[in-house]
Amino acid sequence: MSASLTQDIVHGPTPPADTGWGGGDDDGGAGRGSGRAASFTGLFVLLAASTMAFAAFTSAFVVRRGLSEMDDWTGVHYPPILFLNTAILLASSLVLDISRRALKAGERGKFNFWWTAATALGILFLAGQAAAWYQLKEAGIFVSSNPASSFFYVLTAAHAFHLIGGVVALVYVDVQALRLRLGPAKRTAIDVTAIFWHFLDGLWLFLMILFYVWG
Amino acid sequence: MSAPSHAAHQAPKSFIWKYVFSLDHKVIGIQYYLLGLFSVLVGMSLSLLMRFHMVNPTASLAWIGKLWPTAAAGGVMTPELYLSLMTMHGTIMVFFVLTTVPQGGFGNYFLPIQIGAEDMAFPVLNMMSFWTTFLALVVMISAFFVQGGAPLAGWTGYPPLSGAGPLTGPGEGAGQTLWIISIAIFCGASLMGAINFIATTVDLRCKGMTLMRMPLTCWTWLVTAILGLLGFAVLLAAGVLLILDRHAGTSFFLPGGMMINDHIIANHKGGSPLLWQHLFWFFGHPEVYIAILPGMGVTSQLLATFARKPVFGYKAMVYAILSIGFLGFLVWGHHMFMSGMNPYSAMAFATLTMCIGVPSAIKTFNWIGTLWGGQIHFTTAMLFALGFVSLFVTGGVSGIFLGQPALDLYFHDTYFVVGHFHMIMGVAAIFGMFAGTFFWFPKMFGKMLNETLGKIHFYCTFIGVYCIFTPMHLVGIAGNPRRYADFTNVEYLAKLIPVHQFMTYAAYFTASVQVIFLINLVWSWIKGPKAPANPWNCTTLEWSVPSPPPHDNFGGVHPVVYHGAYEYSVPGAAEDFIMQNDPTPLPSGD
Repeated sequence: MSASLTQDIVHGPTPPADTGWGGGDDDGGAGRGSGRAASFTGLFVLLAASTMAFAAFTSAFVVRRGLSEMDDWTGVHYPPILFLNTAILLASSLVLDISRRALKAGERGKFNFWWTAATALGILFLAGQAAAWYQLKEAGIFVSSNPASSFFYVLTAAHAFHLIGGVVALVYVDVQALRLRLGPAKRTAIDVTAIFWHFLDGLWLFLMILFYVWG
Repeated sequence: MSAPSHAAHQAPKSFIWKYVFSLDHKVIGIQYYLLGLFSVLVGMSLSLLMRFHMVNPTASLAWIGKLWPTAAAGGVMTPELYLSLMTMHGTIMVFFVLTTVPQGGFGNYFLPIQIGAEDMAFPVLNMMSFWTTFLALVVMISAFFVQGGAPLAGWTGYPPLSGAGPLTGPGEGAGQTLWIISIAIFCGASLMGAINFIATTVDLRCKGMTLMRMPLTCWTWLVTAILGLLGFAVLLAAGVLLILDRHAGTSFFLPGGMMINDHIIANHKGGSPLLWQHLFWFFGHPEVYIAILPGMGVTSQLLATFARKPVFGYKAMVYAILSIGFLGFLVWGHHMFMSGMNPYSAMAFATLTMCIGVPSAIKTFNWIGTLWGGQIHFTTAMLFALGFVSLFVTGGVSGIFLGQPALDLYFHDTYFVVGHFHMIMGVAAIFGMFAGTFFWFPKMFGKMLNETLGKIHFYCTFIGVYCIFTPMHLVGIAGNPRRYADFTNVEYLAKLIPVHQFMTYAAYFTASVQVIFLINLVWSWIKGPKAPANPWNCTTLEWSVPSPPPHDNFGGVHPVVYHGAYEYSVPGAAEDFIMQNDPTPLPSGD
């Protein structure tokens, strides 16, 4: 009896009206056309995990700062190049969205140009962060020097780790675009990459505030 | 041209892609299950060694001397070896058994089928998640084989012990480093798994499968994934800071002025061991629910199926699962009442802890309500589900004691806590896994398990675990401290030694009857009778397909769901169950 039901359902009556929310009522068929929706869900879930990791670092930062008010938290002269890096990262986000708008308007050439520019800016930001670390090292400030520098290295490294993932995604889309392989299926990759990149941008602004206001 | 479907992968032909690096959620589920089975055997062996040592602290066993030539020179275990066995027992059981089998094993196999999907949302990520877990296990086990052996700091890895390096003990060199690396890798694997579970549940449900029609197992897997997602991210961050304290000379968790084994530790200053405890338990308490929630889902499913009644208060069950998940993030402080926290904070954490009693009681009440007046079929799977309810109540009630700061100050470092968390987090969750195994084995392997062997195994295990863990509460109340390798020479504990001997014999007994289970698994897999598609007359989608299901789960058909998950004994229906994908309307008209 039950085994035959799988056959019956093909011609069965329409299911009763849904009362739940979310999926289950989309265009039918397990996962048909839901690759895009799942990609977005996966992305937002990933962002939630990253947010939790940085929330943990931040709470450790705040607690450790509070514990050592008069003691070992001597503060760090952060290299000024960080402001330049911030500007570069903000610019890359801006350029990325110019690029997406160009794609919406159907201007593929413009899209390719601006996306490449955003990718280059992203790599430039990473180079700038490396320069900031080099300057700190030259000034004799290492990860173990004091808690402020420890947190600076940990937080910038964790952010850079995420950013490398973002750059890989940017380069992937860019290569597909330049080789004219950017079919509609790749639109999801474009949107997911862009949202991830904007998230990293916002995260960096938060870290700058944390360093300069709380540190 | 359309977006490539998530389940576009073809059935693989070669052995390596079919069984090793498979993208099929069913194969990955079985891989997780086998990884957990291996881990539970390792973890259980370690616990037997500990129980042996506790009642025979001076006994010399030649083979132990061979296994640990330095830590057990002459065959007598050192206290340090005892601590490393304890650490590895806890770590392997919590991470590689309780976290992987209910979620990675059963969840991977049955979540997509129960919601009518062909596979998980991201099959490649799923495969990577398993192999990353495997790598984490290899790294963890390798800690036994490095110089100094396995770490001593417990599964909670408290600094300064876990952070100050080899000076603090034999396992605190390379062993502790490998422990942290393994946990960090495991966090990554769990995050990958959580992303997959959430995206699959949210986006891949088939037509008609609304959230409120999902089997309760799917709800518990979803909430478990959310807990894992938020919890493991925090543990990963804490692990990064801990390893920097060990190897980069930072002072996140290590205070100044430490004197360890006659050495002054001069290169650390100002860190806070309590900071680690907060970060760890922010993960650690949700971890308890990661272990137990899937067992609750399986129990709900089984009680309904074998009592031939709908789950009593389905919606209340869903809201109870959600509120347990939510409250689980607000109570981590109750693991730290001993840390000298502000009594007002302790009161807040205690109040929130008591609040978890409400959804837990709702669940227990509804389980009993489901059984009430049902036609109960005492299959082995059902027995284990009933055993789960029993252990959940026993273990939960002692939690009410420990949630009170005033009582916890006394109980915290005694065997009372050991008894409590083994009952609820250890054995109850394991009973959930046994229940799942007996229920789903026919679907997973196409063979029926032997019911007689199953029942013998159940009754022996059920009596055995109560004999091990109930006396632990009593010796705890009598003031027996935990984590001590040897208390035979402590005068006030001398009267408790016979109780410990009883627990040790009970542990030997319980461990040896697990052989029955293993024989049942292997024998039934080879020689067991063939399983029909729906041996239990169950309503959910996995029973609408052959056993085992085809590569794409539904043989090219897209299932459509018309009913809730538990339509048993519907008045006027032809049979006492209505499958979720049965298109005939309910006789009552709704």
